[in-house]
Amino acid sequence: MSITQYNGGTILAMAGKNCVVIGSDKRLGVQNLTVSTEFQKIFPVTEKCYIGLPGLASDVQTLSELFRLKVNMYKLREEREIEPLTLANMISSTLYGRRFGPYFCEPIVAGLDKNNKPHIYGMDLIGCLNFPDDFTVAGCAEEALFGMCESLWEPDLEPDDLFETASQALLSAADRNSMVGWGAVIHTITPDRVITRTLKTRMVIYYISYI
Amino acid sequence: MEFLLGITGKDFVLTVSDTAAIRSIVVFKNNDDKSLDLNKHVVMLYSGNPGDTTHFAEYIQRNVKLYEIKNGIELTPKATATFTRRELATSLRSRKPYNVNLLIAGYDVTTSLPHLYWIDYLGTNATLPYAAHGYGAYYTLSILDKYHRPDISLDEAKAIVKKCIEELKTRFLFNLSGFKVKVTDKDGIREIEI
Repeated sequence: MSITQYNGGTILAMAGKNCVVIGSDKRLGVQNLTVSTEFQKIFPVTEKCYIGLPGLASDVQTLSELFRLKVNMYKLREEREIEPLTLANMISSTLYGRRFGPYFCEPIVAGLDKNNKPHIYGMDLIGCLNFPDDFTVAGCAEEALFGMCESLWEPDLEPDDLFETASQALLSAADRNSMVGWGAVIHTITPDRVITRTLKTRMVIYYISYI
Repeated sequence: MEFLLGITGKDFVLTVSDTAAIRSIVVFKNNDDKSLDLNKHVVMLYSGNPGDTTHFAEYIQRNVKLYEIKNGIELTPKATATFTRRELATSLRSRKPYNVNLLIAGYDVTTSLPHLYWIDYLGTNATLPYAAHGYGAYYTLSILDKYHRPDISLDEAKAIVKKCIEELKTRFLFNLSGFKVKVTDKDGIREIEI
């Protein structure tokens, strides 16, 4: 098994009409053993831009700290918020900086730019950027997510419909992959606010009541 | 074969570590302490490569102490865990990484809350209500899933630990000889009998 699949976890992002969503599951495991059901894989960068970091949990945490540092330094230097495309390029070159000893993480960037145009970017673990205009997926349930997104996504969805589409895709993919699940979190990014919702996936009933 | 366990309760953290010092098929010692007090309210449990564990644990302990001397304030459990995780994550990509798994348990005096952090040798840090390392995790986590509540009292936590140890004694192939149990709360760290 690949080291990128050691901890499980998966992420997707979708673009709609003046809105984007980014979502992930909440599981942290060590192969088959589930260690945590509250593991953060999506990190806010600005008010309208989020990054998702699926992959080796150690690198997820290291990179989230590194990107937080870089974004804060950018904000101090430039006296403005970073744009999604700039952020994607910053992440890409950070990853390529470790070309021959990479971070085992395939980041996804989702956000709105200053004109509220939706942006989603995906990349591989050495920073090769992808510029899709529909959706992008990464992590353990990547294949299943591709299938679901391919059949559910349509152009120009409004925030609520986009959220529903992304949720159904993520839940269907997560429920059939044992490395992924134990709840999900979806951020819907619109020009005036970000709506964060948590979802229940297939899981033990009494555990749900405990949480 | 090493086993570490931590349970948070209402206003305390209970930590358990086995006391067998094993190399290959030989048990060298039956009263090995696999924990180290980092400061008055934070305790670290460690397992892994014997040389690495003590060396790494002492390295962390002294850095935490140094911070305290320099700044005149105690490092919070969260700050300790973040620092320790970073050290392991950096070490992972060095020539000879530390092979150490940790539980960091502490009582945050600033917020009056108990904390438990699960950290593995890769530098993965998870904040958990209860956690275990080693083969013992496969036997005890299901017991904790069933019986743990965030507001349990110390006596309830002790009862759960007894259940876990009983399960290990009946189902685990290796007979863990003894356990060291520590409680961390607002008064500090103390060892208790179970």
